[in-house]
Amino acid sequence: MSLNEDGQDGSFIGMRTDGSPVNRPLSPHLQAYDMLQMSSAVSVLNRATGIAWSVGLIFLVWWLSALASGPQAFADVQWFLGSVIGWVVLVGLIVVAWFHTLAGIRHLVWDAGFGFDMPSTYRGGWLVIGGTAALSALTLIILVRAWI
Amino acid sequence: MATFTLPKNSKIEKGQTFPAPEGSTNVRAFKIYRWDPDTDSNPRTDTFELDLDKCGPMVLDALIKIKNDVDQTLTFRRSCREGICGSCSMNIDGLNTLACLKPIEEVKGDVRITPLPHMPVVKDLVPDLSQIYAQLRSIEPWLKSDTPPPPDAERRQSKDERVKLDGLWECILCFCCSTACPSYWWNSDRYLGPAVLLQAYRWIADSRDEATGERLDNLEDPFRLYRCHTIMNCTRTCPKGLNPAEAIGKIKQLMVERQG
Repeated sequence: MSLNEDGQDGSFIGMRTDGSPVNRPLSPHLQAYDMLQMSSAVSVLNRATGIAWSVGLIFLVWWLSALASGPQAFADVQWFLGSVIGWVVLVGLIVVAWFHTLAGIRHLVWDAGFGFDMPSTYRGGWLVIGGTAALSALTLIILVRAWI
Repeated sequence: MATFTLPKNSKIEKGQTFPAPEGSTNVRAFKIYRWDPDTDSNPRTDTFELDLDKCGPMVLDALIKIKNDVDQTLTFRRSCREGICGSCSMNIDGLNTLACLKPIEEVKGDVRITPLPHMPVVKDLVPDLSQIYAQLRSIEPWLKSDTPPPPDAERRQSKDERVKLDGLWECILCFCCSTACPSYWWNSDRYLGPAVLLQAYRWIADSRDEATGERLDNLEDPFRLYRCHTIMNCTRTCPKGLNPAEAIGKIKQLMVERQG
């Protein structure tokens, strides 16, 4: 029983009809549950975008430190971020940052005590998704116009 | 700790298929999780084909028909068959609900039935609820008051005070919500889960209860209360239409308010 290292271990020991002990299975969770419903889907994405954003900030640090260390280093970064992979990273970061920000605002609304009913939850979820698409597109347009 | 896969002894294998009787017209397949402690084998999914024209409308009717006519060893809890006892809670078609309240018609395609998620399985669709009952006990779900009741009378409540308990007292403790909560899956040893927290709030919100401070002290803990991340699976799945997420939100607000 390496599954749980806690007090719940006991309830995983069952008994056969003859009285001998048997290890009980764990019922399916992610394997059975509908995780694509709005409630858990946005929550999972909020976690994932939070992690992706944190990791992605490494690029921003790289950019800033290159800016401080000289024109050659900065040119290297510019070359990378101007490449196809660089664009994928930047566009990904824009989407991730907007999603995480909007989902965070949704959580602030809940924490203030509003929007716990199911229709509001679904509306909020769609607002986060739609808002991410719209604001990401807008950011990208501004970025492209500033850069090129 | 969050483990996303099932342990080795819990992996689900292919099971048997019981075809519908000849001449059936309206056939529907029920794919049901089976595990028998008396066989040294992993859980499996058995497929039962039923003629819906000869079966009641609810998923529980189908389960009872299977137990009566096809396989008497199929094990599940049930009692009232009208959504008030909370016994037949299980995962049907990816969401937790009461088998007695779930019309077969609402399910598209095969009807997949598994026990309440992320729980120890006693047999087939019967999970071990002892941990969650212990957690319910820990919040002391009864009226606590130092003031004695008025002589020969009840403790009175105004209509406004009574209304605050609506949406809380109706909970039947089927634990669909707690076992729908990913946070409860990963932290069921220390997080109390939506069902138990809704019960906690039911007593916090009761005007006759005088232990509110004590109750909040008990919940002021990084795990017991604050593992709730407002995922909302609880409210989405509640077969009684209650809102555990909102009750938890109100407890969190009281925590902030009492800090001044």
